[in-house]
Amino acid sequence: MFGSLSQWDGDVVDHFSRLEREVADLLGYSRRPASIRAVARGSFPAINVGTTAEGVEVYVFAAGLDQDKLELSIQQNLLTVSGECPERQPEGSNAYLKERFVGQFKRSLALPEDIDPDSATARYSNGVLQISLKRKAEATPRKIEIN
Amino acid sequence: MTAEKSVTTNEARPSRDDRRVIRPAVDVYENGKSISLLANLPGVPEDGLALEVDSNQLTITGDIDIAMPDNMDSLHADVRFTRYQRAFTLSSELDSEKIAATLRDGLLTVTIPKREEVLPRRIAITSG
Repeated sequence: MFGSLSQWDGDVVDHFSRLEREVADLLGYSRRPASIRAVARGSFPAINVGTTAEGVEVYVFAAGLDQDKLELSIQQNLLTVSGECPERQPEGSNAYLKERFVGQFKRSLALPEDIDPDSATARYSNGVLQISLKRKAEATPRKIEIN
Repeated sequence: MTAEKSVTTNEARPSRDDRRVIRPAVDVYENGKSISLLANLPGVPEDGLALEVDSNQLTITGDIDIAMPDNMDSLHADVRFTRYQRAFTLSSELDSEKIAATLRDGLLTVTIPKREEVLPRRIAITSG
């Protein structure tokens, strides 16, 4: 699926990207510009975005959400997802690990300019919110016949 | 085994990818009767989940299965592998025969009860 995008295991990537950053800072290299809305690695929720000729698919990886509090909005090509992960620690228990995100979250991402915001459909299944958007009709690539 | 590997290297994804896994975020809670473990496995359907107990080790493996259009190009990917995996060692007072698990909306809940004989007992203190 997205396996080919990185050659490294997640934990190793964290270490290497931090190392890379620190070395770059130390040597005064300016790194290539990041998206203004880029977030730190490991931010919740994880999002994958894929494009096809017809549209854009957004996958928000957020397990165990309170579906009533899940909200989606699109302004121009800016998609915003917000929601809440309820606290699930049982009463009277003590915690050893507490790595799962708890509380409210909000994340925005800029989609390609040519999407039609009115075409958006979304569904939440197995902990993944999938949002499908179509490209505007005039932006869909057309095959041109050559005579 | 070696023969299999040489076959997979011919495919688009290198065989080394098969070993790369996502370490899921986990909560572990304990009360007097049991330990419960919560793991975020978004994208894993029930039939993609495997829980294994081997002697005193609990291994959670979940394979992501999401319907995706063909010919999709990745624009951005926080999630780059399709398998979650994490292992824990269980201590002897836990009853690994009675582990119960549920998976709902990508959230795995595993409950491991403590053996009856080790449940906490209140010790009466007599004075005088």
